[in-house]
Amino acid sequence: MFAALYRWLDERLHLDGLIEPFRHKTVPTHRLSYWYFFGGITLFLFIVQVFTGILLLLYYRPSANEAFESVQYIMTRVQFGWLIRSIHSWSANLMIFTAFVHMFSVLFLKAYRKPREMTWVSGMLLLFLVMGFGFSGYLLPWNKLAFFATTVGTQMAGQVPVIGQPMMVFLRGGPQVTGATLTRFFGFHVAVLPMLVTILLAIHLFLVQRQGMSVPPKVEAAWTANPSLRREMRFFPNFLLRELMAWYVAIGTLGALAALFPWNLGVKAEPFASAPAGIKPEWYFLFMYQTLKLIPSKVWIFDGEVLGILGCGLAGLFWLLLPFFESDKPARTRTWITGLGVFALVYMIVMSVYGYVAQ
Amino acid sequence: MCADHIPQTRTTRRHAIEIFLGGGVLASLASFLYPVLRFLVPPPVADLGGDEVVAAKVGDLKPNSGEIFRFGSRPGLLILQSDGTYRALSATCTHLGCTVQYRADLRQIWCPCHNGIYDLSGRNVSGPPPRPLDAFDVHLRGDEIVVSRKREA
Repeated sequence: MFAALYRWLDERLHLDGLIEPFRHKTVPTHRLSYWYFFGGITLFLFIVQVFTGILLLLYYRPSANEAFESVQYIMTRVQFGWLIRSIHSWSANLMIFTAFVHMFSVLFLKAYRKPREMTWVSGMLLLFLVMGFGFSGYLLPWNKLAFFATTVGTQMAGQVPVIGQPMMVFLRGGPQVTGATLTRFFGFHVAVLPMLVTILLAIHLFLVQRQGMSVPPKVEAAWTANPSLRREMRFFPNFLLRELMAWYVAIGTLGALAALFPWNLGVKAEPFASAPAGIKPEWYFLFMYQTLKLIPSKVWIFDGEVLGILGCGLAGLFWLLLPFFESDKPARTRTWITGLGVFALVYMIVMSVYGYVAQ
Repeated sequence: MCADHIPQTRTTRRHAIEIFLGGGVLASLASFLYPVLRFLVPPPVADLGGDEVVAAKVGDLKPNSGEIFRFGSRPGLLILQSDGTYRALSATCTHLGCTVQYRADLRQIWCPCHNGIYDLSGRNVSGPPPRPLDAFDVHLRGDEIVVSRKREA
């Protein structure tokens, strides 16, 4: 029956022409091939986010008076509501984790080099958007931690010279974090960011399909020296089936985490209460948080936090444009970019752990 | 000579039309975009509460404790010191805007977000806060503790 349907469609749309490239697509096979899976797993977790997000939308109410109660309702009254919400939260965190793993693996396997600069840039923009998803989604249950995390996060945006203040008012929907902020963040979270991510994801995937998988320079050199070592795997069905297995493991992990460690709801936000002791941002912002905490209030004549925030912004911009700093002289630049990658990774891990344990 | 001139006139004419058309399209795009940009800017909220507010009643606070009160659209911190005197300050941390609290054990004002510490007059004494907290005037009216903005001398 499927064959008949396919024939019917193919007669009208010439599907064979569309599918043909996938029949010939191959994936290089070597000892580092496993890292290729992380982009796909991130994509899968994003699909889980879209799906569970749509389900949560059926009950969630984006206003200061109702948001907390509606999430409480989802968690306690709606059948499997606790599961859907926990999967949404866990999947968000795992997606950010796998996106970071994917980014660092691309960095260390040198996959960002010419001709894949645009793939790197679109991927980095996707990473920033995913963090934006995390930041905006965190506020939606309207609990105390989220309220102050949003106050601090938007105030940080406000420290940027010249455009900072208008940007902060734009993000908050007013001078302070209020119900207006919640409504805006909801809009960003369910409409603006999904639209941007969909466009960038299409570009990112198109580039990956068009250019194929990158082979790490050392493996490439070994293959060039001895072509009989070259190994490739067909994308369809060999690689795709392996990827599907990884997705299956991912959904199993998600289900287990959501069932064993359901996500907390916390205490409803009160704009006129002190920030609770021990307040910290989500783990993926901890390294920035700890950095800001360590910078003194005045560095020479500058405000410490302005310097810190500008520093983080410049570092992000530099990372976005990283492939363009790679010159054609392989030995020299490649070493320093790898060195920088190792430094960034170690810095992020150390600062995150320090931020986690510090008072 | 004539032949030389004709193409040039044509180019100029075409060029002028391009400017008018392009300018018109750009102007119309700007006119579409302007209302959208203005829509994104939230309308100003009136700061209700003015310059004076009843923060608490006498007896609400124990000595050596603090309480958050609402001062217009922002939080304020009222402290009853051990010697029985009141102090009132803005509760918005000057670092990144968290709401501070009184720490009875330290007899200082503490911001839990980035561990900023102020003394009881609002001076930033340690941690990242760059400026002191704004101090308010406190006076008693019957059994009401009234907090008002400091009047410029």
